[in-house]
Amino acid sequence: MSVLPLLDVGLALLVVAVATWTMAARDLFASVLGYVAYGLLLALVWVRLHAPDIGLTEAAVGGGVTGVLLVTAGKRLDALKAATSGAAPRLRVKILAGALSALVAGALAFVVASLPTPAPSLAPQAAAAAAGPGAGLGNPITAVLISYRAFDTMLEKIVLALAVLGIWSVGADAAWGGAPAPLRKARPDGAMVLLAQILAPIGALIGVHIFWVGADAPGGAFQGGALLAAMWMVAMMARLVEAPRIGSRALRLALISGPAVFLAVGLAGIAMAGSFFAFPPAFAKALILFIETFMVLSVAVALPMMVAGPPEGGQEP
Amino acid sequence: MNASLLAGLVGAALVGLGLYGLIAHPHPLRKLLAFNLVGSGVFLVFGVVARRGAAAGYAFDPVPQAMVITGIVVAFAASALAVALILRLAVASGGVSLDPQGPAGRDAGEME
Repeated sequence: MSVLPLLDVGLALLVVAVATWTMAARDLFASVLGYVAYGLLLALVWVRLHAPDIGLTEAAVGGGVTGVLLVTAGKRLDALKAATSGAAPRLRVKILAGALSALVAGALAFVVASLPTPAPSLAPQAAAAAAGPGAGLGNPITAVLISYRAFDTMLEKIVLALAVLGIWSVGADAAWGGAPAPLRKARPDGAMVLLAQILAPIGALIGVHIFWVGADAPGGAFQGGALLAAMWMVAMMARLVEAPRIGSRALRLALISGPAVFLAVGLAGIAMAGSFFAFPPAFAKALILFIETFMVLSVAVALPMMVAGPPEGGQEP
Repeated sequence: MNASLLAGLVGAALVGLGLYGLIAHPHPLRKLLAFNLVGSGVFLVFGVVARRGAAAGYAFDPVPQAMVITGIVVAFAASALAVALILRLAVASGGVSLDPQGPAGRDAGEME
């Protein structure tokens, strides 16, 4: 235990240093790479806070998928030759911004250092939800997401569907129903194809595993779905598969299946268990896994479609 | 100094860094990255709250942790929408300036 505090301090310094580099880098691509490294380091900080579930999410989304999103966006901006990006603010503004940022960070640090003891906690309620009749979930976070705060989780999946709809709507009218631009225009080289052929099946298997063990161990529907989404994106980058047309019925059904099944089971709870989002004790766990299966599907489809962007073509002047 | 206080201070520093980047960088994709830095700093502070709320046999309070997971997902969805809007701005105005008086003035002002 004597080395651990030193490791903590080193990790903290490293996270802040990489974050500073991300902000200071001159080049957009360099700063995106910094951000990916930052996401992975932050996942380690989460593990030290006893939050492996958040660490998995941060590594998959903060590091991986957001990195692909920003790299793809940077490449597409380059292709548009849209170089004008406004002038940097004057020195006076920068100094003011620095002072304001330092003030905010200082105030936040003060708040963190003076949090009340004993800290307020909802852990007993979460424990009750986890051990709830018939649920028997070993992972309290899954219990909170699906049972104690079920409504939040369902709305979050609706937000995903709305974001995809918003991104599609940004495309040109004439392109509606078509496919998004490929993640990579160029023909991929052999190494990328080989990587995708080997990595994607293994990654997909691990994704399903993380979802399945999420009931009792760190993991869950979102983390597993994000991994499946990443594997689909790897396959799309290697051009092994192409992005589907946004008019495809199967794609749309997969997108809304998560929130739709969740809502349907929630409504059925009124009849079967007496309240909205209540699960009948006899088969609560089976129902929870049933809902989560469709949530995995929705997440695995929504994330790549968000990265792929609006349908291509039909640019109006 | 224990691990959770240290993480809280890192969160505060990240919020400060991100806020500075959000104001100082003219490029909207850099602003978006900076905003994500602010977001992860806030999540980290909330994670400290979760760690301090250890009770009922858990080493953490599961409720804030679950909310952070939801938050990360929603933050990603918002970022993806922002990227789509930035690319559309570039197509529509030939630039990504957010400055209404900038080179691509009128269009940028309208899309802001």
